[in-house]
Amino acid sequence: MSGPILVLVELGAGDAAGSADRVSLETLAFARSLSGGLGRAPEGLGGAPEGLGGAPIEALVFGSDAGGVAASLGAHGAATTHVVTDESIGGAYAPAAWGAALAELAGARGAVAVIGPGTDRGAEVLAHAAARLGMPLAANVISATPGESWSVVRQRWAGSLLEDAALDAPIRCLTVAPHAVAVDGRAGAAATTVVPFVPTISAADLVVRVTGHEPPSKGSISLTDAKVVIGGGRGVGSAAAFSELEELADLLGGAIGVSRVVTSNGWRPHTQQVGQTGQRIAPDLYIACGISGAIQHIVGCKSAKRILAINTDAESPIMGIADYAVIGDLHAIVPAISAEIRRRG
Amino acid sequence: MRVLVCVKRVPQTGGRIVLTADGQAIDTKFLGFTISPHEECGVEEAVRIIEAGGGESTVLTLGPASAEEQLRDAMALGIDRAVLLETDGSEWDPFSTAAAIADAIRAQEAAGGPFDLVIFGNESADSGGFQVGIRVAVALGRPVVSGLKGLTVGAGSVTARREAAGGGWETYELPLPAIVGVKEGINLPRYPSVPGRLRAKKKEVERISVGAASSGAAAVSGVALGPTMALLRLPEEERSQAEILGRGVEAAPAVVDLLQRLGVMAR
Ligand SMILES: Cc1cc2nc3c(=O)[nH]c(=O)nc-3n(C[C@H](O)[C@H](O)[C@H](O)COP(=O)(O)OP(=O)(O)OC[C@H]3O[C@@H](n4cnc5c(N)ncnc54)[C@H](O)[C@@H]3O)c2cc1C
Ligand SMILES: Nc1ncnc2c1ncn2[C@@H]1O[C@H](COP(=O)(O)O)[C@@H](O)[C@H]1O
Repeated sequence: MSGPILVLVELGAGDAAGSADRVSLETLAFARSLSGGLGRAPEGLGGAPEGLGGAPIEALVFGSDAGGVAASLGAHGAATTHVVTDESIGGAYAPAAWGAALAELAGARGAVAVIGPGTDRGAEVLAHAAARLGMPLAANVISATPGESWSVVRQRWAGSLLEDAALDAPIRCLTVAPHAVAVDGRAGAAATTVVPFVPTISAADLVVRVTGHEPPSKGSISLTDAKVVIGGGRGVGSAAAFSELEELADLLGGAIGVSRVVTSNGWRPHTQQVGQTGQRIAPDLYIACGISGAIQHIVGCKSAKRILAINTDAESPIMGIADYAVIGDLHAIVPAISAEIRRRG
Repeated sequence: MRVLVCVKRVPQTGGRIVLTADGQAIDTKFLGFTISPHEECGVEEAVRIIEAGGGESTVLTLGPASAEEQLRDAMALGIDRAVLLETDGSEWDPFSTAAAIADAIRAQEAAGGPFDLVIFGNESADSGGFQVGIRVAVALGRPVVSGLKGLTVGAGSVTARREAAGGGWETYELPLPAIVGVKEGINLPRYPSVPGRLRAKKKEVERISVGAASSGAAAVSGVALGPTMALLRLPEEERSQAEILGRGVEAAPAVVDLLQRLGVMAR
């Protein structure tokens, strides 16, 4: 039987506190389909059907409070879940130490692949682990086909371009692109065996660690959690004119998101930028006001269920991306929408 | 203080990406070139650190001879000197890139003294490998943290700040020498001035030939390479034509009807 697929699982934060991070669950689903592929016998030998008898999936989670999450991972395909407690790794997130632990466990378990979520931390920890193992790393993979050399499809330009690549190494290290695969939780699945793991960590690996936290400002609606996002681009024209968008956001309980032109002009803080070098959002509705629809912006908002564009230019590229549109000046239309909402009470 | 910033020349893609017929590259016939927004902020950060505390800033790129343009752009913004690791123009994987940059840093430091801080972008704009800076740090045995949107240089250390997953911020302290990966938003880069451009034109660019990619990676790993790019392709697009709800303020009632239908009206 093949060695295990080792998966880094992050704990959820914010709204997802107390469960596994969503992208990590997607990563387990990715591992599960990979495992089926690895279990398949060579052509003509009539081996096990896909999804059976493949490489076992083993998860690694960090945190003394991770016990509950660890126990829940059986439903997501993990046969074994290794838990590193706070005491054995200094308590706070430490990228090099987490990477060292992942690399050590991969060696000890004879892992054929080491996979992490394509999040800030996932990407960072996998890069440390791959560097220590002396293995290549493919970031933001959306599919992988095992073989002599693995064929992977990965995102470039934040997903506006795809790359077919070969990953030719004894331990295949990769991160899974967020929202490229769906979470695959199965009720009644086998339980996971939770085992403690105490990694060998050097003092040097703990030099870089989180030493302070600043909580999010109270009452603010997080851009990544908001059900409605009001997007503003160059067409908004000034920092002051954002009050029109804010009024609508307040009425809808939504958040403001902006294009890079807006942050480059200093009209809004960069934390509100949507796109390749900003946030990825997935609201029920994205209202893009005065935004042309450049590909680097769209990669950040294409997971929105619906997009409504408000733009003076009926030929703007955003018209080929949005579901609905209003043609005209946002400075007139946005306040009119707010007024109509108020009128209907 | 000595600060090094690493940048990568990439095509300035516009509304949509066009590939060459063989699917090996972006068709750049009608495109200019730039660097990642993260790296633009890295350059600005390096310039600010030297302006505030004195010392020397260096910009380094690994790329074709034409990547000299990006080095001059950085010098126009105030970077003091530039190093070009000149390739044959072929695609380099992140493994080989990191090995070559680590070697170059060792050589630069042997000649001119250590870099207190080496700044990378969080990820390159084109290939987005999320790893070159971390690999270089592991090779050099230096502390490293990525994703930074705040950096304060103190005596012998830096305080770094990045956005936390659930909102809010987390902070890190790194003793110098250190390596950091920065994100757009850490600062607002300045525009180049005309005198800055003229000065940059006259400056020397140190060139070191590194040839093709495989040599570097094979030397480091003995076994592993890559990931090795085989083909580029555009994702299938879900193109639609927007349903026009109306023109001007008269469309407001139709928009609010839509909001109600989608169930996004608060309360
Ligand atoms: C590597 C890289 C990364 C990038 N990352 C990002 C990113 O993360 N996020 C991002 O947004 N961009 C990013 N960009 C920049 C991107 O390519 C575009 O330049 C940017 O998104 C354009 O912003 P915009 O739509 O606001 O401006 P424009 O493209 O100038 O569009 C303005 C739109 O407003 C409309 N308009 C004007 N006046 C009005 C009015 N009164 N009422 C209604 N409509 C009006 C116009 O018709 C036009 O469609 C990146 C670029 C690169 C190279
Ligand atoms: N060819 C290159 N030359 C110089 N720096 C590079 C090169 N490729 C990557 N880097 C640096 O490493 C960072 C991360 O790149 P990547 O791992 O490809 O996402 C980039 O933002 C650059 O700062």
